[in-house]
Parts: sequence; structure tokens; C-alpha cells
Amino acid sequence: MTDATPPPVMPRAGANGSGPDAGGAVGAGGARVEVFGIRHHGPGSARALRRALEEFKPDAVLVEGPPEADAIVDLAADPDMVPPVALLAYAPGEPPLPGDEAASWTDRRAAFWPFAEFSPEWQAVRYALEEGVAVRFCDLPAANQLIPPVPDGAPGEPAPERPEATEDAENAGDAENTGDVGEGRGGATAEEDIRLDPLGWLARAAGYEDAERWWDDVVEHRDGGPSPFPAIAEAMAELRDRVAERPSATGLPSGYAAREEQREAAMRRTLRRAVKDGFDRIAVVCGAWHVPAVLAKVPAARDDQTLRGLPKAKVSMTWVPWTHGRLAERSGYGAGVRSPGWYAHLFAAPDRPVERWLTAAAGLLRQEGLHVSSAHVIEAVRLAEALAALRDRPLAGLDEVTEATRAVLCDGADLPVELVRRRMVVGERLGSVPDDTPMVPLQRDLADRQRRLRLAPSADPRDLELDLRRDLDLARSHLLHRLTLLEVDWGTPAESRGKGTFRETWTLCWRPEFDVELIEASAWGTTVAGASAARAEAMAAEAGSLAEVTAVVERCLLADLGAALPAVMRILADRAALDGDVAHLMDALPALVRALRYGDVRGTGTGPLGTVVDGLVVRVCVGLVPASRGLDDDAARDLLGRIDRTHSALALLDDAAHTARWHTTLATLVDRDGLHGLLEGRLTRLLLDAGILPDVPDRMARAVSSGAAPVRAAAWVEGFLSEGGLVLVHDDVLLRLVDGWIAGLPAGAFTDVLPLLRRAFAEFAAAERRAIGDRVRHLSDPPSARPLDDPVDPVRAAPATETVLRILATGGDHA
Amino acid sequence: MTVPDSETGPDTEPRPTPAPAPAPTSASVSASVSDDVLRPHAEQEYAHELALLAAHDDRPRPPGWRLSPWAVTTYLLGGELPDGSEITPKYIGPRRLVEVAVATLATDRALLLLGVPGTAKTWMSEHLAAAVSGDSTLLVQGTAGTPEEAVRYGWNYARLLAEGPSERALVESPLMRAMRHGMVARVEELTRMPGDVQDTLITLLSEKTLPVPELNTEVQARRGFTVIATANDRDRGVNELSSALRRRFNTVVLPLPESEADEVEIVSRRVARLGRSLELPEAPAGLEEIRRVVTVFRELRAGVTADGRTRLKSPSGTLSTAEAISVVTSGLALAAHFGDGVLRAPDIAGGLVGAVVQDPASDRVVWQEYLETVVRDRPDWADFYRACREVS
Repeated sequence: MTDATPPPVMPRAGANGSGPDAGGAVGAGGARVEVFGIRHHGPGSARALRRALEEFKPDAVLVEGPPEADAIVDLAADPDMVPPVALLAYAPGEPPLPGDEAASWTDRRAAFWPFAEFSPEWQAVRYALEEGVAVRFCDLPAANQLIPPVPDGAPGEPAPERPEATEDAENAGDAENTGDVGEGRGGATAEEDIRLDPLGWLARAAGYEDAERWWDDVVEHRDGGPSPFPAIAEAMAELRDRVAERPSATGLPSGYAAREEQREAAMRRTLRRAVKDGFDRIAVVCGAWHVPAVLAKVPAARDDQTLRGLPKAKVSMTWVPWTHGRLAERSGYGAGVRSPGWYAHLFAAPDRPVERWLTAAAGLLRQEGLHVSSAHVIEAVRLAEALAALRDRPLAGLDEVTEATRAVLCDGADLPVELVRRRMVVGERLGSVPDDTPMVPLQRDLADRQRRLRLAPSADPRDLELDLRRDLDLARSHLLHRLTLLEVDWGTPAESRGKGTFRETWTLCWRPEFDVELIEASAWGTTVAGASAARAEAMAAEAGSLAEVTAVVERCLLADLGAALPAVMRILADRAALDGDVAHLMDALPALVRALRYGDVRGTGTGPLGTVVDGLVVRVCVGLVPASRGLDDDAARDLLGRIDRTHSALALLDDAAHTARWHTTLATLVDRDGLHGLLEGRLTRLLLDAGILPDVPDRMARAVSSGAAPVRAAAWVEGFLSEGGLVLVHDDVLLRLVDGWIAGLPAGAFTDVLPLLRRAFAEFAAAERRAIGDRVRHLSDPPSARPLDDPVDPVRAAPATETVLRILATGGDHA
Repeated sequence: MTVPDSETGPDTEPRPTPAPAPAPTSASVSASVSDDVLRPHAEQEYAHELALLAAHDDRPRPPGWRLSPWAVTTYLLGGELPDGSEITPKYIGPRRLVEVAVATLATDRALLLLGVPGTAKTWMSEHLAAAVSGDSTLLVQGTAGTPEEAVRYGWNYARLLAEGPSERALVESPLMRAMRHGMVARVEELTRMPGDVQDTLITLLSEKTLPVPELNTEVQARRGFTVIATANDRDRGVNELSSALRRRFNTVVLPLPESEADEVEIVSRRVARLGRSLELPEAPAGLEEIRRVVTVFRELRAGVTADGRTRLKSPSGTLSTAEAISVVTSGLALAAHFGDGVLRAPDIAGGLVGAVVQDPASDRVVWQEYLETVVRDRPDWADFYRACREVS
């Protein structure tokens, strides 16, 4: 995981998410304690848990989660609170300003505990609130969890990276997160496997490759029947014994074992307090793995010892809306499930889940215009059931249903299956939180920055002039650019009055709905920098064309989002590689070269950009030759413009290897038969200017000779002269060729080419035209009479030369 | 008119039918296979394994099946029997595909195997038929000229003229035979058949009967009858399946090999076998060169380099494993006859470029980009790069 990637998310789990089950026990002091080991986000255990709670009728419910949330747990009963939502713990620290290692710093100190409707914890909380029973969170306080644990066996040294607090959506998929779902991690030691993924281990013991499927079969798909919790608690106890027999914890993420011990000590302590507070019937809801530990008889003093003196961070808690997409594994939230939509369906469907699901899938496909009949659904159900039988499963699960969807409803095509996966299996759904929820950290971060940058929000529009050479103004510019990335258009760029790239003008106007935007945007991250970087990456990933990605790159550079740049660059490189149209590549190049140069002005790192530009140049060079075949006048004119822009971009880039490659390409191209006259003329000129075409007069002679059609010859001349006619003033040979050609045109052809020639010559400056006219008048004179060959007087030229040199040497900084 | 007992049809008396009569079902399997048959049927070549599986198969068999669905799956994917004897894998690929295929047949649905050329569609259909019915020869080859008689029935015209329409003058199609005996019929290249012939299948698959109006009778399919059809992905639009027909099939798309190791394995094994049967001089098949060919094919096919860091354009050709095999085989022939007997980069470069650049305009760009952006920078691919540059 890099320090550079900011966005949020953190697993819940030290809990390692897995487990189900539970065991009952009688606590001290006569109170009855039931421990329900659950599997986070398992609809089956949610249902079983709900039933078990209704039967047990506890007077206190302890839920695995940060105890700081006790203060805001009541909000969960609010009708406006709609899952998926997440508890968010964050350190309202001071984000330092410009240098912005800060962005990643604050983001790392945030953690999320997401809940879906079908999360057992959510059901436990809702049950408790509905019944008016006390509810408490019993995990290690977030204040401690946000401080990285000390690595095992190396007390006193801070760990470089903390598994539980990896906030980063991209990266959180490793370590214990995957453990949840039992993806095989090749090369892991057996012990690491058991600890990180106890259910996966049990599943393998039962002959299942995939823990989720095993869990589905054993727990999720059961409806009715005896409570599964005692059995699972026993299994976990057995498993933990086995692990305990093994020698030291090798291969575990550093600090994992110590953190686990602390967390379980905290659970026991919370339980003891609940007993002491006089509750009679206490239900503990925690990940299956922890059940034996919670039930273990450990002296209170030892737990206190374990928990004493743990470093603490200052922490704020709030609820934030969450999405199914972020619950799902594929977006990197590891403690999640791959199929929240399917689980929500299992939880919500009263009966016949397979039939209902396939009918819904058929409905979805119909909406998209695919022909899916009821007969299809019938056959799909039959296939799903036959497959389940073939695989010796009691009931068709998601795998079977997906296979049936693919083979029957979608005719084997992957695209509609992907649609079903996205819309139903993941099932995008955005939760919401009540209005009186505490402010989200993104809002706080913005307020903080506004204060520091002395930019008070105001509803009256006002203009703001920024001089980017000043640090404060540069930081303001970055902030405004970042906010526009989050679609909080507090500032809109206005026409800049001054000259030069160091000036920016904004119009500022704060509207109340920006607060709503910020709450929505808080799903992207907890700081403006982190959230906008995550958003930029997503925008690049969704962009439809190369040009859109290029635009995102420019915005990233403007907003100084170095963190997002590597990912965006990768997407850009991918798009560039796949884009078959050289025109698009050539269009993208100038902007990128500018960005490369602009980045230097602003001090942004542009290393990856350079790599992309390198690849782009190679691709343009390879693709240009075939792309310039068989063009009509308009297409040739378009391409001419692109070649010119690419040419000047490469001149700006000033990279010897690229320039050489480009020139070689142009030289190959200019010799192609059937090249449009305009292009050939222009390329001849470019190569002449580059000094690598020795036989220009011969070429021009060929182009304007009587064998060539007059129109093509005129186009050639136009292309050749399209960047100014000075060459004719200085090169008698070429001028004579043009002159001779025009003079020799038959009358009919002359009227044909006259408009073209006029267009070519009309673009010249008046002085140029006059000079050419003079030269033509004197063409018949002997060459020695050239008046321009006055010797230069170095003494008189010296002051002018010096002035020019000074301008060049100093002006380059800001131009 | 009397309706003859359908059971007296094919097996009781030998009839001088003009149709290429498939081997009668029961007799075929264990009959000795003479050695000069170029390619024995699946049920002949693997008769031993089928017999072993049947002996150990204690799970319920659907009516008409020779083996239980579990045993069929094992037959295709390979495995070990309780007595330790081994079943060789026939299909190397995702297990789930085989399971879906077998489950489809078990629900008496028709199965459509789709895929680009060279993905073992025919191979899989043959082995499925052999395992389920013990006979893979009830085959209709789909071509642009496939007549309706090939799907329904034809007539022995000599008899028809002499005796009038009768059961004896009827010439059964493989499908009709499969219906009568409750077996699996195979249709190859379904999308190559004209649309009207395809349509004949619709009633046959939904009603499971084949009426013979001339005799005022019909053939009702016995339990166990089903159809496995194969179709080429790249033929889309030639004779597109009507949605009515499509609906009768469950579709399984066979993918190209998943991992590079698998593909190298498949290529080198096939190359070795082909080399032997073509009696090429023995040349050490450079595993390194095979790996390169497979890498190039896989990267261009997937549109991304093996390390996943660079996106690539994909050429218009399929670049199937079968083509990789032929590139390596022809390279071997070059090396053996004109080179120094060892497969080297120049020997494969020509064939490789030919396989990749199918469309001279667009594919050439793709290939050149690939050469310049990927191959060039690989340190130990210098000889390969040079060889390809020479022939490009």
C-alpha cells in the first residue's frame, strides 16, 4: 500500500470478519450470558440471530464495534436511517497545508464499520432499540484502534502499516479482509490461514473450496431448524485450540496477534462491566472467531493489564451513508461479501429465493431489451436445481443461479451476465442517514481548510484573483480545483485578466446544497484531498474517450492530486494503447506535453506523465503512416492541423529520441505514393526546416512538373508554404520553380488553381508578400545582385543581441 | 395403414440403405478397433475407462444414461476411482462448464456449445455423447447444403417406387435414430445450416416427436434423447439462430485456455504428436520458442501484456491455440529441413507474423505497435525481435 493513495475504508475487522456461531454460557454473578458468533454480513446468521434474540429476550445486547459509537447508536432507530450505512471513526487531526503528505495522513486515521440490512450486527442493534433494551459496543475503542499496533515480538517500535486501519479502498483487499471470504491465498502458512480465515479452514476440512459456499450451505440456506450457534462455537473452540498448540505466529500481519488479544480483552471487559451494571440476560454478538475468547475465564486483572496504557488517538464518530458497491469485495472492502445484492435478496425473500431471483433477473434483462420469456425462467430454475444436485448441494446458491442465468437467460453471453451481476448481485444501493447525524469529516476538513486559507464561504458571489507564485494562492487554487472535482462548484473559473499561466481568476459563491454534496462525497474520502483524488480516479476509469482522461489528468495537475496521478496515468496509458484512431492520440498529445511543462511550473511530479507521453509518441509514429492513406481534401486538412500540432508539441517536448523518431516517420511518409498533395508539401517543408531532406528543389520540381495534376500541385504548394513564405524570399531555386510552374500553367488550369494559390499566399504577412513580389521582379537578374547580403556589423548588432539573450534567459521562468 | 412397431426398425434386419449408416449402437463400442483407423471414436478409444466408471458408478442414472451425471463429469475432467485406477482428463478447463453441460443434459434440455475455433467444442460434444449414451456417432454435420432429410428422414427411392411408402422404405436420420433409442444426437456447426433446416429442430426439441405424415405415424423420443449442438462464435450472422430455436438450448461458451502453463502444455503435446504423425525429422521442440509463441498469442488475444502492465490492441484473427500449434509445427518443419535442426526465432517468425497479420491494414499496425512497444524492450527477446523485424 502506498502512502500516496488516500481514500477511506477500513475493515471492521480485526474481527476478521468471519465467523458465525455462538455459544452460550453463564457469566459470573448469576447473570446469563449468551455469545452469538456470527459471520459479518451473513443474511443467514442475521436471521438466525434475530430469532435467537427473540427467544433469549436479553436485557442488554453487546455488539462488536467501537464503544465510542454508544453515544450515537440511538440514531439507528431513526426512520431516516436506511442501510447500508457505516459507523465512521476518524481523527479530527490537523491536516497540514500545502506540502500535503497530509492528505494521506489524515485519511489513514479513519475507519469504517459498515452495516447492511442483512448484517447480524445491524439486526442486533435494531432489535435492541426496538425492544428498548440496552445496547453497547464491545470492541477495542476506536481511539486505540486508530493507532497502529506494535509489531509482535518487537515492542516499542511502531509498525509501518496497520492491517486494521488500511483505509485505502484499493488496497484493503489483502490481509485479513480476504480472509473473510476464504479466497485461497497461495503460499500462506496453515496457521495464518486458520487465524485469518477460520471459516475457510473449516470449509476446506468439509471439502469445500470456497468458504462462502460452505457457509451458504451450512448456515445461510437454513431456514428454521435448531440454532446453529452452539455448533459453530464448538467448532471455533476446537480450531482455536489447534492454533494455540502451534508455535509462534509466523506469517501474520505484524501486530496482528497483539491487536487480537487487546480486542478480545476489551470484549471481556465490556461484558464484565455489563454484568456489574446489573443486567441479567446479556447477549454478545461478535465474529465467530472471538466466541471462545469471550467465553474464556480470564482474570479481570489480566485484561486490564493488556489494555493498560495503550496509545490513544482523539477520535470522532459519526454515521455515514454507505453503498452496496463498497460492501462488495471487488471494490476492495475486504471484510465484505462479493454479493451484497444476493444476500439482501436472501434476507428479504420470504420463500423460493431461487425462483424469485431468476424472475427478477429476467425482468431486468427484459428492461434492457433482451427477449426472456417465462419458459426461460422455468428452464433456468431447472438447470440451477440440477446443477445443485450435481454438486451435492442442498439448495441452489449464487453460483448455480449465475450459471443458469448465463446458460439459459443470456444465451451464454457474458455481457448480460455482467449486467445482472452489477445490478442485482452487487445491487447498487445507497444508504442514507438522518439530518441530525454529526457532521462528516469531509465537511470538517473543508471548514478547517477554509479557515487556514482565509476563504470564508459566502452566498454573495465575489471574484478572487490568485497569483500562483504565492504559496497561499497556490493552495487556494488547489482547494478550489479539488472541490470542482467533487462537484462542489463553490468557485467557478472566470476569465483571467492578467497574462501568464501564474494567474487564475475565480468567482466564489457558496450554496447550501454544497453541504449535501459533501455528505455524498464523503463516501470518497474523509479529506478534500483524499476524496477528490479518489473521485478523479473513478472519473478516469469511467471516462468514455481518451480526451476525457486527458482532461482528468489536467485537472489532477491543477488540483495538485499527486496521489491520484499514478492510477489516472495507468488508465490513460491503457486507453492510449487501445485507441485505434491516430487522430485521438495526436489530439491528446499536445495537452499532455503542455501538462508536462505546466507540471514543472507548479512543481508537480510528472514522472508517470512522461512515460505516457513516450508511449503515445511511439504509437502516433507507428499509426500515422497507414492513417494518412487515401484522404480527401477535408480529411487531409484535418490531418495537416494535427501533424502541425504534434510537430510543435514535440518541439516543445525537446526529446532527441522522439524528435528523431518523428522525423523518420515523416520522411517515410513523404515518400509514400498517393499521399495528398497538401500533406506532401507540408511534410517536405517540415523536413526541410529540420534540415534532413537534401533534395527539396528536386521534390518541388517533381510536384509541380507537368505530369502532376495542377490541383494537386497547387495543394502541394499550399502545404509547402502554409507556415509563411519567407522560404521563397531566401531560396531562389524554389522561387524560380514556383514562378516557372505558375507561368507555365495552361489558361484553364490557372483558373482552377488560382483560388488555392490565393489561399496559400493570403496567409502571408503583407511584408512577406511584398518581399516575394520584389524577388520575383528581380528573378531574371544575375544572382550576385542580391541586395540582402549586406555584411553584418557585429559592433552595431551587439546591444540588440545582448537584449535578446537576456529576454530569453529570464523570460523562460514564467512564460 | 398399419403402424409398424418402431422397435423393428434398424436393428432387426439389415437394410440396403443408401444413407451412411452409423454403426448400430450396441455393437459398436467394444468391437475391436483395427489399428489402421486414423482416428477411433471416443467410445472406442476410451472403452476401458467407460467400463471402469460404469463398474464403480453407484449413483442414480437418469433414464437412458449409461453413466450417472457424476461419473460423466469425472470422465470428462479426469479423476481417480476408488480402486485406484485413473481416468484421464478429456477436457482441460473450468469445472463449472462441464457441470453446466452435464446438468443441462440431465434436465433433457438441448445443449449448445459455443466458442471460437479451436476451443474443443466438437471434442467435448463427442465425449459427452460417448459417456452419456455410449455412442458418439449419431452425428449431423451442418453445412450450407445440409438438407432437411439429414435432420428428419429420407426415403429409399427404389423401395418407395416398388412398394410405396412403408417403414422399410424410410431412411432414418441420426436424429430420428437417437429419438428411437433414447440417445444423444450431435449436430455440428449448427449455424452453418440453412435457417429452414434449423427450424426443423424446433418442434423436434420441444415436442420430442418426429411426425412421419406419409406413413401416418410418428416417432416419439424415448427418455434419454437429447441434442448437443456446436456453433462457431465467429460465424455470428451467417445463419443466426432464431430466438425460438435458441430458447430450446442451454448455451455453454467454451473459453480459450486460461493459463499460460496450460496452453504451453497443450501446444507442446499436440506439436509432438503432429510431428510424429507427419513423420517430420526429429527436431528438439524448443520449449523456449513455444513459450514465446504462446506468450505472443495470449498477449495479443487478451489485449494486455502478461505482466498486466501494458494494454495492447488485439488483431482481427482468432489467435486460437490451434493456430499456435500450426505456427510451431511449420516452424519445426522449417528448422528440420532448412535450418540447423533446432527450432529458433527465425523459423517461427514468418508463420507467426502470418498468423497475427490477417488484415494487412489494421493488423499490421497492431503487430508493429506490439513489436515496438513490447517485444523490443524484453531483454532476452532480442533475436526474436530481429527475426520479426526482418519478416514484417
